[in-house]
Amino acid sequence: MSPPSLYALVGIGLFTLGLYALIVHTHLLRKILAINVMGSGVFLVLVALAARAREAAPDPVPHAMVITGIVVAVSATALALALMVRVRAETGRAELPEKRPE
Amino acid sequence: MNWNAWLPLLIVLSSLSVGLVIFFLPEERVATRTTLNLAAAVLKLVLVGVMIWGVVHGHHYVTRLPLLPGLDLVLRADAESVLFVTLSSGLWLVTTVYAIGYLEGSPHRSRFFGFFSLCVAATVGVALAGNLMTFLLFYELLTLATYPLIVHRGTDAAHQAGRAYLTYTIAGGALLLVGTVWLYGIAGSLDFSYRGFVAELADGHRAALIAIFALLIAGLAVKAALVPFHGWLPQAMVAPAPVSALLHAVAVVKAGAFGIMRVVSDVYGIEFAAGLGVTLPLATVAAVTIIYGSMRALFQDDLKRRLAFSTVSQVSYIVLGIALTSPIATIGGLVHLVHQGVMKITLFFCAGNLAETLGIHKVSEMNGVGRRMPWTMAAFTIGAFGMIGAPPLAGFISKWYLGLGALDAGQGWVLVILAGSSLLNAGYFLPVVYAAWFKLPADTWPAERSFGRRETAWALLAPPVVTALLTLALGLLASAPFSPLQWVRSITIREYTP
Amino acid sequence: MALTIAAIPWGVMAILLPLVGALACFLSPRRANPLGLVTAFGVVACVAGLAWQVVAQGTQRYAIGGWGAPLGIDVYADGLSVLMLMATAVVGLGISVYSNSYFKRDKAVNFWPLWLFLWSALNALFLSADIFNLYVTLELLGLAAVALVALAGGADALTGAMRYLLVSLLGSLAYLLGVALLYHSFGCLDIALLAERMEPSPAVLAAVGLMSAGLLLKTALFPLHFWLPPAHASAPAPVSALLSALVVKASFYILLRLWLEVFPVTAAALGQLLGLLGAAAVLWGGLQALRQTRLKMLIAYSTVAQLGYLFLAFPLGSTIAWQGTLYLLLSHALAKAAMFMAAGNVLRFGGHDRIVDLDRVAQRLPLTVTAFALAGVSIMGLPPSGGFIAKWLLLEAAMLSGQWWWMIILILGGLLAAAYVFKVIGYAFTRAVMTHEARAVPATMEWAALALALAAILLGLVAPWPLALMEIGLPFGGEAAG
Repeated sequence: MSPPSLYALVGIGLFTLGLYALIVHTHLLRKILAINVMGSGVFLVLVALAARAREAAPDPVPHAMVITGIVVAVSATALALALMVRVRAETGRAELPEKRPE
Repeated sequence: MNWNAWLPLLIVLSSLSVGLVIFFLPEERVATRTTLNLAAAVLKLVLVGVMIWGVVHGHHYVTRLPLLPGLDLVLRADAESVLFVTLSSGLWLVTTVYAIGYLEGSPHRSRFFGFFSLCVAATVGVALAGNLMTFLLFYELLTLATYPLIVHRGTDAAHQAGRAYLTYTIAGGALLLVGTVWLYGIAGSLDFSYRGFVAELADGHRAALIAIFALLIAGLAVKAALVPFHGWLPQAMVAPAPVSALLHAVAVVKAGAFGIMRVVSDVYGIEFAAGLGVTLPLATVAAVTIIYGSMRALFQDDLKRRLAFSTVSQVSYIVLGIALTSPIATIGGLVHLVHQGVMKITLFFCAGNLAETLGIHKVSEMNGVGRRMPWTMAAFTIGAFGMIGAPPLAGFISKWYLGLGALDAGQGWVLVILAGSSLLNAGYFLPVVYAAWFKLPADTWPAERSFGRRETAWALLAPPVVTALLTLALGLLASAPFSPLQWVRSITIREYTP
Repeated sequence: MALTIAAIPWGVMAILLPLVGALACFLSPRRANPLGLVTAFGVVACVAGLAWQVVAQGTQRYAIGGWGAPLGIDVYADGLSVLMLMATAVVGLGISVYSNSYFKRDKAVNFWPLWLFLWSALNALFLSADIFNLYVTLELLGLAAVALVALAGGADALTGAMRYLLVSLLGSLAYLLGVALLYHSFGCLDIALLAERMEPSPAVLAAVGLMSAGLLLKTALFPLHFWLPPAHASAPAPVSALLSALVVKASFYILLRLWLEVFPVTAAALGQLLGLLGAAAVLWGGLQALRQTRLKMLIAYSTVAQLGYLFLAFPLGSTIAWQGTLYLLLSHALAKAAMFMAAGNVLRFGGHDRIVDLDRVAQRLPLTVTAFALAGVSIMGLPPSGGFIAKWLLLEAAMLSGQWWWMIILILGGLLAAAYVFKVIGYAFTRAVMTHEARAVPATMEWAALALALAAILLGLVAPWPLALMEIGLPFGGEAAG
């Protein structure tokens, strides 16, 4: 299997792992980490798909997408962390409540 | 200014715009509000008069506004709509006068009269609707405008009545909507036309047309209070008397009956509907309602509830007349639309007078009230005899034509229904009249208000007297030109002749 | 003069102006309220200019920086985009006027930059011509919306915001993966080019699944709706309004575009599935709304139900069905914003929004109750309102395609809506057990709510014009019509 396909498969694997972790774990930091892992998985897929023929230069468009995606992911993570800190300050625990507020 | 295109819309807008203005009037501005109310009612009558004059002279009044691609909002003055519009506008003026007197000193009058005006605007829109879509639009608007009137007093009973009203009318509206969409899908147009427009669709769509008819009639039967959709009507009696008068004589039940007339005559066409086999079930339902309503009325002690069940019964005369495939029966049914309106409103005005002046709500409290309130009870007596069908009053004319029409259509059993119901009417009206005039009154009335030497306020007295006189006139002068009877005759001739 | 007006790239202005306004509000906190309001009016003018351009000249395409597709970013305006922009502009103006009175200075300095930033993201989303730009704008939208929800402070708002953020990011990542697959299959990101080159293949089907799942999560279609009620109900009233009216519609808009332009080849089964989920949403949302004790939760569940209606067009697929969906989108935006604003007024007035304790709000806040009632008329689908036109079109589409069971769902949804709207109105007339100290509600807030509710009603009387606008350009005009 060529390296690009391997990377793509790993990327999809990361995506799935991250999704599982997002759903299963309750602690907010773990959920945020899971989202980041998923993001990395998608970026890996994009990078892998940028490969063209062995000697030719890779396609720059997916690379541009990855860079944009990383910027977005950083901002989103920052917001998520800030929110998590506030949630912990308000409720005492860094978790989403199970019971819907009435 | 192209009158022909704008007059129908103006008639609707005359009360709509005034209603919106009244909403914003502060409660204390009694004189302004009264003036606006009466001015709007008079203006509307004037506009209707212009329209009648124009229609008689051959003008065509049609307002067409695009609603959807391929479907317009159509307001049109044809013979039936002129009939209903005149009834609504005329009775609105009378009811406005009455309501001003009745609600004197009550809270939230601006809100009341605002919705009152909206209600009449919706009724007039129903009357002038030129296609089923426009009819549906104003029909649902009528529901929305009348609900606040029913819950006006804000008591628990009022809210319960309002909830029942909504349950029935919104469900009925949904049925009407489904039927209309279905019809539009098959027919491609919804414009009312003489003798109907679905006849050419008979091949391949018979079952669908029967189902559509059932849906449309079911939706309309709620407002027309046909059994078993009548449940909201007696409960709605908790509303103030002007509301009951308006709802029962003019607006809501008449809109339902008028709609049934439109569906049978101007969507399906009477002969095609008979051919489909849907008119006989409709006549049967109407007959059942006539008897059931009268029987329930016999056992009601509350005066307004007795009158409510009487309405349930009487409106079905209209439906019965439409459903019998004979031009004479149709004349009877349609003219009863006008006559029943005038008679019933008289009765409700009188009931309101009794409640307001003497605190009487029950028939058992009415002993000897004829001596205390002679004019009111005279009007009541005329109305009651009209309901029973005694000549020479208006009710007799309608029943006579219905009976003849039943024979003409070969449905002799209807005569039995008519006779039985007249007997029942006598059964629940005559004792009331007798008690009022000939029995001795109790020592005190439940809650008496004094009006000096008059028996009650002018605004409360004049309307029932006027409508009672009208009942007499409609009966005595039925063969005069431009009486409702003659008008209805010309409608029917046009409907039946090829 | 006319030539000059025509030459201005109104679409780009509609994106840039709110950004500039956001910056200005951030830099000058003392004047955040008036600056924000002025910007709002400016954006409405830009959108009006763009609408005029599109109606006069047809679809507009503007290449940013002079670099066109497929490598550059294009700003593309057709009839559908213009309609969405106009809806956003009207609702946005109403919300801006409302927020001017709602937020006092210390909260206003936080609100205005975020709101204008969100508005800019919305405009950019509706004007995007390629699928990656849609991803970027979608993310911007999500981040701004989350921050706005958290603005209210308090445990409910913060946890609602956190949940919303996680959901939003999940949806966007699924969408991005789909973008990657599509790019890999066809080598381009531009929607028009993708439409030309589209052929079904496993990668494409996977992309459809991923992108749809992500967008469905963001549009809160049953059963992925769980995040919506807590977020919308605990946010400040104007934020709830813009979330329910505009933000959830953005992801639906993307789904609509992709479905109609890029994916027409997908199987009918998926359409039926979406329709079924939509029907479940309508019924579930309606029933849940009836059970709520708090007004804002009721309105939030009403959003879940109304969003379900939008998906009924997928199994029907005819032009009339899409027209109905679009009309519902527009009317719901106006009506729901009005409802949330009315709820905000009630909350400001009594300090709570418990439905049973509304305490004769009808007498004391008549304009607000009228706004709620008129908005309710549109939500119920009663004439004359935009909601009725939408319901009529959807019923007609269901009838003509023979799939009459969707008609039952539409009718039942309408009955449920009537039940919960009139429940609120009934309580608005009754006396509560305990009376509360009343605080004054600024007239601007009441009038803003009423104006939007009236717009929802008026939308029912002017249907031919928006429907005609919809026909300009794809996906409804031209040969690629559905």
